[in-house]
Amino acid sequence: MNANVHIIGAGIHRFGRTEGRSGRAQGVHAVREALSDAGLEWADVGFASGGSVASGAADIMINDLGFTSVPFINVHNGCATGGSALTSAYNAIASGMCDVAVAVGFDKHERGAFNASPKAYGLPAWYGETGMMLTTQFFALKIQRYMQLYGISREALGKVAEKAFRNGALCDHAWRRSPVDLDTIMNAPMVNDPLTKYMFCSPAEGGVALVLANEKKMRELGSDGVKIASIAFRTRPEGSFEVFAPSIRTPPGGKPTEIASRAAFELAAIAPGDVDVAQLQDTESGAEIMHMAENGFCADGDQEEWLANGWSEIGGRLPINTDGGCLACGEPVGASGLRQVYENVQQLRGRAGDRQVPGDPKVGYSHVYGAPGLSAVAIVTR
Amino acid sequence: MRNKAQAMAPIAKGLWSDGPPASLIGGRKENGEIVFPFPEEFSENVDAIVLSPSGTLWSWTSQEFEPKAPFAGLKPFVPFLLGYIELAGEVIVESRIVDTTIDKLRLGMPMELVIVPFDDHRCTYAFRPEQRA
Repeated sequence: MNANVHIIGAGIHRFGRTEGRSGRAQGVHAVREALSDAGLEWADVGFASGGSVASGAADIMINDLGFTSVPFINVHNGCATGGSALTSAYNAIASGMCDVAVAVGFDKHERGAFNASPKAYGLPAWYGETGMMLTTQFFALKIQRYMQLYGISREALGKVAEKAFRNGALCDHAWRRSPVDLDTIMNAPMVNDPLTKYMFCSPAEGGVALVLANEKKMRELGSDGVKIASIAFRTRPEGSFEVFAPSIRTPPGGKPTEIASRAAFELAAIAPGDVDVAQLQDTESGAEIMHMAENGFCADGDQEEWLANGWSEIGGRLPINTDGGCLACGEPVGASGLRQVYENVQQLRGRAGDRQVPGDPKVGYSHVYGAPGLSAVAIVTR
Repeated sequence: MRNKAQAMAPIAKGLWSDGPPASLIGGRKENGEIVFPFPEEFSENVDAIVLSPSGTLWSWTSQEFEPKAPFAGLKPFVPFLLGYIELAGEVIVESRIVDTTIDKLRLGMPMELVIVPFDDHRCTYAFRPEQRA
């Protein structure tokens, strides 16, 4: 991938709960901040792509941003909404269609676990009626088996959450800004064994926008840019174990994250050992642990040693989820994947404030995973 | 022998045969892959097959909070166990787990199918640790 596409502006509307402000308004806020960061106007944008899962279409933003006739593609792609928007914006620049493009994601969800309709997922009604169609159960079932197979302790799950809240306390766009101690996390009410209340992220609100440009434009503007070394978005392979599965093939098939991760590393000609900072999907504590291995950063079971030694802390061997991840930021689904890229951009620019990874990080890795089995990885370099 | 729950209406038709022994009904696709339940759509080339009434525990969890709709369980809500049971050489099925407590569950332990009451008038399928006579 030698298209030389750069992120030259990054904007965010703080995650969490903002009463009285729609999801889309939070997206507009993020776009304005990203344009201002890039030193550009909305009229300079040659292509836009974005969306939400629960807050409507993105192109209505032109009511607020300006009627410039810009082509604006709406994305409604579940957890991959942000990744898809970024891919479209990337391709618009790479193809030579325009010099400047915007990717935006936003959302505003109701409180409490997501409730899904069996029919919308092609599943029979009894599956929902009997109480087996919950995303939280899938995460618990996947980590429970993983813990048994690879010797991961319950305390390791707690340490992931403890790290998330510690990092979130340092991050101005995070929702949860107070540290939570390990005892409180371990002794909190159980949601789905082995995961307690503090080990799950919550549906939330927020917006993120990124301004992309080609190399010529970046030089012309003298921007503080970060290169997109690769993006890989993949859907699930046959037989993979995913959310909402009344049955699984035996033996199960591959994993979408492994496929996307390998593709992204190969396209960027970068190895896991080269990565300086990583944002990995942490819908719950177990997901971060399993995704460390699925993305190639460690072998199955080594996470226990990583967490005991603090290797994934800011200042550790590979800082993971430096802004507190989904656990501390919450999950506005349409914005969540772009938040990860935003965080890497700020880390590589040295603008991450109290949570800045030391040693001038040069390679940032982000990974989003979601229903019904898809994964998007982006690698950015400086 | 039919148990008491089997006299109730099944939560859905075609999920299991009463036997004995009661067994889930799956579908074998043209490529040999077995799925559960038998698919409602695109089932022209899928053969209905009776699955093994016993298997081994693949994973498990508890449901501690009351799910939102379309969950239709009894009120007030009672937490329950669920998991995946591997039916050797066939398929791994998701199921409620009954007649045990979570601390007794172990990866790979033998499990058997049982039909249990779901609410006051319907029954559903579940697995429980194998009870040797």
